[in-house]
This record gives sequence, structure tokens and C-alpha cells, in this order.
Amino acid sequence: MTSLAADVVTSRAGSRTLRGFAELATAVADAAGDPAWLADLRRAAVARFADVGLPGSKDEEWRFTPLQGLAALQFNAPGPAMPVAIVDLAPFLLGMPGWPLLVVVDGYVDRRLSRIGTLPPGATFGSLADAIAIGHPLVERHLGHHAPVDASAFTAVNAALVRDGAFVHVGAGVALQEPLHVLYVATDGAAGSIVAPRMLTVLDRGAQATVIETFVHLGHARGTPRPQLTDICAEIVLGESARLEHTRLQRESLATYHVGFTAVDQARASHYRSFALALGGRLSRHNLHARLGGANIETLLYGLYVARGEQLVDSHTAIFHDHPDCRSWEVYKGVLAERARGVFNGKVIVRPEAQRTDAKQTNRNLLLGDEARIDTKPQLEIFADDVKCTHGATVGKLDDQQRYYMRSRGIAGRAVEVLLITAFVAEVVAEITQPQVREALEALVYAEMNALIA
Amino acid sequence: MMALLEIVDLHANAGDAEILRGVSLTVDAGEVHAIMGPNGSGKSTLAQVLAGHPAYRVTRGTVTFAGHDLLDMEPEERAHAGLFLAFQYPVEIPGVTNAYFLRTAYNAIRKARGLDELDPMDFLDLLEDRLRVVEWGPEIMERAVNAGFSGGEKKRNEILQMAVLEPTLAVLDETDSGLDIDALRIVAKGVNALRRPDRATVLVTHYQRLLNYIVPDRVHVLSGGRIVKSGGKELAHELEERGYEWLTGTGDAESVTAPAASYAATASPVPAAP
Amino acid sequence: MSSPVEALVNREYKYGFVTDIEQETAPIGLSEETVRFISARKREPEWLLEWRLKAYRRWLEMTHEPHWANIHHEPIDYQAISYFAAPRTQKPLGSLDDVDPKLLETYAKLGIPLSEQKLLAGVAVDAIFDSVSVGTTFKATLAKSGVFFCSFGEAVQEHPDLVQRYLGSVVPASDNYFAALNAAVFSDGSFVYIPKGVRCPMELSTYFRINAANTGQFERTLIIADEGSYVSYLEGCTAPKRDENQLHAAVVELVALDNATIKYSTVQNWYAGDENGVGGIYNFVTKRGKAMRGAKISWTQVETGSAITWKYPSVILQGDDSVGEFYSVAVVNGWQQADTGTKMIHLGRNTKSTVVSKGISAGRGQNSYRGQVKILPKASGARNYTQCDSMLIGNRCGAHTFPYIDVQNSSSKVEHEASTSKIGEDQIFFCKQRGMNTENAISVIVNGFCKEVFRELPMEFAVEAQKLLGVSLEGSVG
Repeated sequence: MTSLAADVVTSRAGSRTLRGFAELATAVADAAGDPAWLADLRRAAVARFADVGLPGSKDEEWRFTPLQGLAALQFNAPGPAMPVAIVDLAPFLLGMPGWPLLVVVDGYVDRRLSRIGTLPPGATFGSLADAIAIGHPLVERHLGHHAPVDASAFTAVNAALVRDGAFVHVGAGVALQEPLHVLYVATDGAAGSIVAPRMLTVLDRGAQATVIETFVHLGHARGTPRPQLTDICAEIVLGESARLEHTRLQRESLATYHVGFTAVDQARASHYRSFALALGGRLSRHNLHARLGGANIETLLYGLYVARGEQLVDSHTAIFHDHPDCRSWEVYKGVLAERARGVFNGKVIVRPEAQRTDAKQTNRNLLLGDEARIDTKPQLEIFADDVKCTHGATVGKLDDQQRYYMRSRGIAGRAVEVLLITAFVAEVVAEITQPQVREALEALVYAEMNALIA
Repeated sequence: MMALLEIVDLHANAGDAEILRGVSLTVDAGEVHAIMGPNGSGKSTLAQVLAGHPAYRVTRGTVTFAGHDLLDMEPEERAHAGLFLAFQYPVEIPGVTNAYFLRTAYNAIRKARGLDELDPMDFLDLLEDRLRVVEWGPEIMERAVNAGFSGGEKKRNEILQMAVLEPTLAVLDETDSGLDIDALRIVAKGVNALRRPDRATVLVTHYQRLLNYIVPDRVHVLSGGRIVKSGGKELAHELEERGYEWLTGTGDAESVTAPAASYAATASPVPAAP
Repeated sequence: MSSPVEALVNREYKYGFVTDIEQETAPIGLSEETVRFISARKREPEWLLEWRLKAYRRWLEMTHEPHWANIHHEPIDYQAISYFAAPRTQKPLGSLDDVDPKLLETYAKLGIPLSEQKLLAGVAVDAIFDSVSVGTTFKATLAKSGVFFCSFGEAVQEHPDLVQRYLGSVVPASDNYFAALNAAVFSDGSFVYIPKGVRCPMELSTYFRINAANTGQFERTLIIADEGSYVSYLEGCTAPKRDENQLHAAVVELVALDNATIKYSTVQNWYAGDENGVGGIYNFVTKRGKAMRGAKISWTQVETGSAITWKYPSVILQGDDSVGEFYSVAVVNGWQQADTGTKMIHLGRNTKSTVVSKGISAGRGQNSYRGQVKILPKASGARNYTQCDSMLIGNRCGAHTFPYIDVQNSSSKVEHEASTSKIGEDQIFFCKQRGMNTENAISVIVNGFCKEVFRELPMEFAVEAQKLLGVSLEGSVG
């Protein structure tokens, strides 16, 4: 039976390692200050990674996402972070200037750039390192429990190397009006190294919040930056009837290997809504796993991936229906241009107890380049009989009829394509409920589509 | 003479909720009865209990149909005995053609009655004849049962099935709801065409409208799981003028005349006035 | 009440009898000697023995069965099986008149009379009993049209050029574990050649029967449809009830040359094991066709038997404008496990494939659809449509879908749809209100669910398949 932890089949034979990882892990472990539980977690993580190594092509979960390029790299200790000014961040800010913002530079919270403002009583938004340092009980209870070290080789790497990141806690019944924005900035200082921050978000019973994670690169060095690995984990815990809207924007540099694992654990009657946008990265992979741990849960996953050149973008989602009367709804769309490769894998697993599950999954892909490629695997595993489960996947190019129709109405050239592609992706972007965020992303996506056609 | 259908003090539950609280009703052969009542009065439950729907549990009372203890019979045995329910929400069965479905049902009933099955050619003749009742061409027989049918088509299909199976007692559960004027006329025509001295019909309806086309011998008002008033066809007109509030006294101002809005929610293309 | 019941009644498997006949079997176990024994027994030419030995050595190197399928079973002891069993009285290449009456009786009991007068009009049959063909009907009639329809063994003797040219050309000996095993030890099977431009005048059919205990059946079928020809071929399979699992590892290769059409239908009803999951056939089958320019290969399968089914009838759409189709009904009940689907590999331009899969799970059965649609860079204008629907009856079974879609050409179009549903209680009640009993109602609903597949079967077999489905699901709903 598939479980969150055993989800990834590991291939012991001929496993490859991440060059330099052992040294980085030792350096982190040697740095004083870890509470005992964290030191234990790191040891388990190092042992786990030593055991499994980097996944190979025989590993079903990585069948279409080769990691040879990553395995060939040598990772070293990070250099000093490049100085970042507030103005540098302007292009990546969303919504109102007063919204709480936590800036994480090369894996560490930058207090000078962050501005949390005043949050309502019962809400915490700040540095994960601080929460660990003060011995916040929620951190020990949750960190590494939702995205455990055996969930993936990369959750182990993150657990071994994590030093900081974001911590969000919203107390029972507290509803945050303003979105919390975590902006992860990679600078030239992280080139040739591994950046491994983590986010822990806990919403208590009846709490409501919006969290945005943005991953960007700020480089001043000329030419192509040296490759880095961003290995990010997010653990999200939703109490009974809690509601979270989660937006994840991956806009890293084309030299970055970005591997993310988001684990969401939902209690009864909670609501989770995600929008994941992947634009950057030489190779990017995002796992989004939602475990529906009670009845009457709603889980909505929307995604958009756009790639060009030699990019490879991989989205893996897994929805575990363990209880009755839950609903999951998933729409992921991809636009692949030039020689880009896309990978989609969506699992919906319905356990025998999960009667009256209503699950729908859709994956649609647009191939723009002659050499673009998509591997999609929408997957259903159903063990309950009174369920409504469907999935659909399509791959195609722009519709010639629509093109012709547009032209007959006087729209010509590039505009036709921009319009059609924008229409294709608009459906998922429209699912962001926060109006300012949605508008900002619509503009961003429109600009990306324009650039793609150019 | 023995009544065709005799319901005495019928109580029935859906889950833990008691819906029918002592319904008594006698229907003689040759009669048409209308059962009216506001939403939630138990009309549809009564129809489903007569057909033996497993979601309802009879807790008290008796139902005798043509001399049989109806409550002791499986749903298909009730059908074999001549009971037909036109469903309020007819069920879709993808991939099964109307023709195949009807022939299977028709022959199952014949077999239960000790008659020979009808061969496909003879059955086609029968079908052709019955299709005229609902003013449909033969192409409908190759479509899957109710799959992709409009609301009106589904109701019409129920009448077609009724015409083929020729029940001794037909119970029509809100067959008129959501129908445009043409469909309503066809449904009524089907019911009237099947009127015989040895058969009876029970019309379950919210609105008086249908009774302009099918004139009932008796009208009963169901409220709170009981029949609160019975009368002749004039009772329906009285209800139309005075509303159910007159009888139920609940302050429920529901009209007996169909409001235009009630059509909007159905697949009916033309909101026709009654 | 029509809610699904937990208890499964013992299903009647009417083909579960054993024919008491004297048999010659190879000593139990597998070695080079076994391979040489089979080859010698069949008086094969040297090249074929070499081909087998090479496959055997390759198989030894493979060390384990593929483990990716969603099936679970005790390890198979390949040394505990006899790889060859033949009725002792069987005369090789004999005419039907020489066949042991006990065998004729066996086939009559299975509903396959081998006397040509009694046969279904227009259907020629090759009857395979354990490791050998006991006879092929209508050979003479077919020969008039230039059609070769005979046992594989016979083809090796009489049409060696065709066999040598096409054997392993679609499913190489090293293709996978079971294909390699088959290549090493295959005993018999059917061979078909349809000459250029000929429309085969009758349906061809092979009936596979496992009889002997402790044996495996490893047949190999090769069908070659020359340019512009047409053939429709059907296979059926049954086996006795035994407490031991028996291995069936077959290979089917189809070659459709330019503008040829091959329609291949299977009604698989191997013994599925008893109500406790004891016994039954392990059915590991490799079926693949190669379609050249403008050719069409259509697979239709109704899989109701076997304890384990592992098969993926596939099409390599090599030529431009070629067409591949896969229509499947797979039913699991009791403790059956099925992992089945197809691969459509688009190489040529404007190639089209259609996949329709209907999975029905009942009892404790586990049913997986596993499919791959691969559009390679040169397959411009390729098109695939896949629909896979699952139906669950009861709450201890499972339905799983594992579709792999790999598109490397931007001018192609691929659509995949899947749904899962149950037989609604409201549907059953509706049917019952119209006078049908529960069994009748289920049968009507299930046949409706499978309709798109059944209509692809030749008429006689469609009726048979519908009945079979009724039997397979007996007792799954009460």
C-alpha cells in the first residue's frame, strides 16, 4: 500500500550521492545549538541519504527526470550572501506594501529586509531558526513529521542541512486578512552550494490564512551563474475546519536545480487551496502531497508550469483520501516551448474507508516547440466503491481552428498565439482567490507568455 | 368488490426520520387518484414505499395490492404483480439501449407470470405501437436508457415504459414537474390512453396543472405524512385558489399553481404557462 | 436490499474438468537439456535450437521477474514445472481423423466441436492441448485462398522461411523475462499467413487448453498479414481446476504489412482459483503487433479468468498512417489480480490509436489498467484517444489506473480520460421496479458498461463474452 513515507521506491543498487553533501551535513551538525530532537533528525537524515542516495532512472518516481546533471556537480560551503537591497526585491513583491513579508536570503532569514508588521493576537510569522531556538513546542512536534526523511532523498537532504526558513502559526479561530509572503532569495553567494530552508505552517482549529512562497534569484555576476541546488521542504498542518490558501511561485534562475517537497496534513472539515507556478530552474521538481485525515475535507490543487530552452519541469502531486465525504479537485496545466521537457504525475489514492469521495484530476499540456516533450501519468488507485473519481490528460498544440477564427476577426501574428496561450493558462490562474495576488500573477503570466512567443 | 390498492395506517421512515405517519387510502380499479401536497409532505416517499425502495423502512400499517401483501414483496415481484412507478428522477443506464432494456423488463415480467418470452420481432411490433403513444420515432430505442436525455425526454421515456409494460396500477411520481406544455400533453395522453376499467392510476403531484389534462376521480391532500383532506376533482381547483396553507395551516404560502421560477431549474426549454 | 454483500459464493467454473489421457511429459525442471529436448521432440532445424538456447541464456541473466506490476504472488519455482506435455497418442501433423477420441470429446465438452460439419460456420479452429496442437480444421479450404493456418510446429517444417524471417521480429527473445522464457521453451501455438491482397474467407480461431498437472503452457503465435490482406483471429482459453497455480507464458506476434488489417480477439477464461484464492493460472503474456504503412492492428480482449493476468497487447505503429486499437474488458472477482493494458508506440506520421478499457472489480479482486502512449519525435500528426473506466462492486476490491503518456512531437494530440463508478443502487432499484431480478439487473448494467468493447467482438463471441461476464460476476452482489 502506498503511504506518504514509502511513496518513493528507493533504488539501493548503484545509488549516486550528492557530491559535497556529506561535508555540508557535517558542518551543519557540528555547528552548536541544535536541540536533541533536531540533532537526532539530522542524524537520521544523513543515514537515510547515505542509504538511498540520489534516485536513478529505475526509480519510478524519477523515471522521466534524470538527475545525472545534478550528480555531476560538486557542492561546497556557501560564500557570503551578496548584499541585497530592498529595491532589489521590488519586482517580486505582491499586493499591498504593508503585507507581512519574510525574506530568506540563501537559506537564512534577513531581518533587515523582512517586515512582519503587527499581526493579530494568536498569530506568529517569523524565522524558523528563532522558533527552534526558543524551543517552540509546535516545531518539535511537527518538523520532519509531515515531510519525513524517508519521503524522498531530498527531504533527507533538507533535514540534514536546514538552518532556517519560515514558521507560521495561526491560533484557533484567528483569521488573517493579509497574506503572509515568504520570499526566498538566492544570491550569487549560494552558487555552487545547496540552499535548504524549510517552512512550517500550522493552522489551529478554525484558523484562516493565506501564505505565499516565492523563490527568486538575484544575480549580479555576469554570464550564466554557477548552478546551485535549492532543496526546500514545506510542512503544512491544518486543524479542524482551518482554511489555507497557499500560493507557490518558483521563479529561480536557469542555472538552479530546484527540488521542493510540500506535505499538507489536513484535519476534518479543513480546506486547502493551492496554486503552484513553476517558471524557473534548469531542472525543477515539486512534490505536493495532501493527506486528507478526516471527513468533509476539501483540497483544491491548481498548477501551471511553463518551460523553454533546455528546462525540465516536473510536478508530482499525491492526494490521499483516507476518510469519507471528502472532495479533491486538481487542475494542472503546462506550456512547453523549444526543447523543454515537462513531467506530470498525479496520484489519487482512495482508501476503502473513503466512501463518497469526489475526486477529479485534470492535466492539460500545450507543446509549442517541435522538440518539446511531456511525460504525464495521471494515476488513480481506488479501493472504495461508492466514489466519483475521474481524471483526464491531454497533450496538444494550439488549435488551428481557433487560430483561424481569430485571424478572421482581424487578430494577427503573435497576438493570436499570445491570446490563445493566455486563454489556456488563464483558467488556473483565475483560481487564486486573493484579488491582488491574482492580478499580479495574471500580469506575470501574460508577460511570460509574450516572452515565450517572441 | 375488492379494492385494487388498499393502504391502511402506513408509517414509514427514511433513516431515523418518520416521513409517513399513518396514510390510509383505497384505490379501486378503473379510478384515477391524485395525491397532492406541499414539498416535504411525504408524497414521493409514499410512491417509493409502494415500489419497495430499500431506503425506506415501513414501521407500521399494511398495503394490499390485488389481494397480495405488497410490503412482503421484492421490488421486482411488485412489478410482476402489475405495479409501475414512474420515477420522479428516472435513472440513467449508460450503454444499455432502450430497446434491450425494455425487452428484458417485458420478458422478465412475462416469465414471472408463466408466459412465454416475446421474440424480438414481435416485441418490435409492440414497441412500434407504443411509441405512437408518446409520439416518438423508432430511433429513440437505440439510445441508452435515459443517458443524455433532457428532463422532459426522461419523463416521456417513463410513460413509454409504462405503455409497454401495461401495469394494473401506475404510480406517477411528479411526472409533470419540469415539463413544457407539449411534453405535459404527451404524458397526459399516455396516461389517458391506458385508462381501463381494470386498471388504476395514482398521480403524485405538487401542482394542479396536470389535472387539467388528466381528470381525477379523487383528490387527496397529503401533509405531514397524513392525508388531511380528500374530495372530488373540484378539490384541486379549490387548492389552486386557496393554496396549501388553507389545509396545512402551517403558514406555508406555497402556491398550487406552478410559479415560472420552478421551470428555470429544470431542463425544460420553454417556461409555459398552465 | 441490493447493497453489495461481503460473502462470495463459490463460483461454478464449468471448464474445470480434467481429461484422463496418457501423456508424454518432459522431466520436471529447466535446463539447456530441457530446451534441447523440446527442440528435438519437435524435430526443429538447427537455427531454431540456437535461437532457443540464446533466449535461454538471456533468461538466465535476467534473474528476476518484472516487479513493477500491481500484482502479488508467491515466488514461482521454475524448476518445479514440466515444460512439455503432449498426449501420447497424438500423431504429429496428423489429420483430424487420427485424433484421439478422448481429445475430440474434450473439445466438444468445451463447446468446440472439431468436426468440420459441426463447427461454427465460417470459423476455422486450431486446437492446442497442453504443449501441442491436436488438429486444425478447414486447412484445405483455407489453402485454396493461399492462407496458411496451422500449428507452429507444422509451420517450422512447412514454411521455414516465413517463420525464420518473422519469428522474434516483433517480440525479441530478450524482450522481457517471460518472453525470454517462452522463446526458450515454447512448444506449439498457431501460425497464420495471409497472402497479399487476400481477405481471409473465415474467422480463424485457436482454442488453448491446459490439461496436465505441474506443467506450464508456453505457446507462441505468429500471424503475418501480407500487404493489403485482412484476417480476424480469435483465441479462447480454459484449464482444469487445480489447487496448484499453473504458469501460462505465451507470446503473440502480429505483423501487418502495408495496408493489411489484423483483428485479434481474446476471450480468456483460464481457471481463476477457488473462493479462497487457491489455485488458478498465472497468465503472463506478451502480445505485440507491428503495423506498417496504412496497416491496422486491433486487439480486443475479454479477460475474466486467471488468478493473475499480466498482459499488455501492444502496437508499434511503425508505418505512416497506421492504426492501432485496444478494446478491453477485464473482470476480477474472488482473489483475482489483473494488471493489463496496452502500449501504443507511435513512430510513423499520422498514426492513430484508440484505447478503450473497461475494468470491473468485485470480491477481493484488484484490477489495474497500465497503459503507455508514446509519441516519438518523427510521429507528426499522431493521435491517441484513451478512455478507461472502472466499475467497483463491493468494498474490498480495488481499481487502479496507471497511464503513461509520453509525447515528443508537438503536432500530435493525445487525450486520456478515466472514470470510476459503481453500480448505483438506484440503477438496480430502477431495473427491479421494471421487473428484473438483481442478477438480471447487474448483467444489464454491466453489459451496458462494456458495450463499446463487446461490439468489437465477432458476433458469436460477443454473445459468449456477455454470458461469461455474467458467470464471472455471479455472487458478487446479493
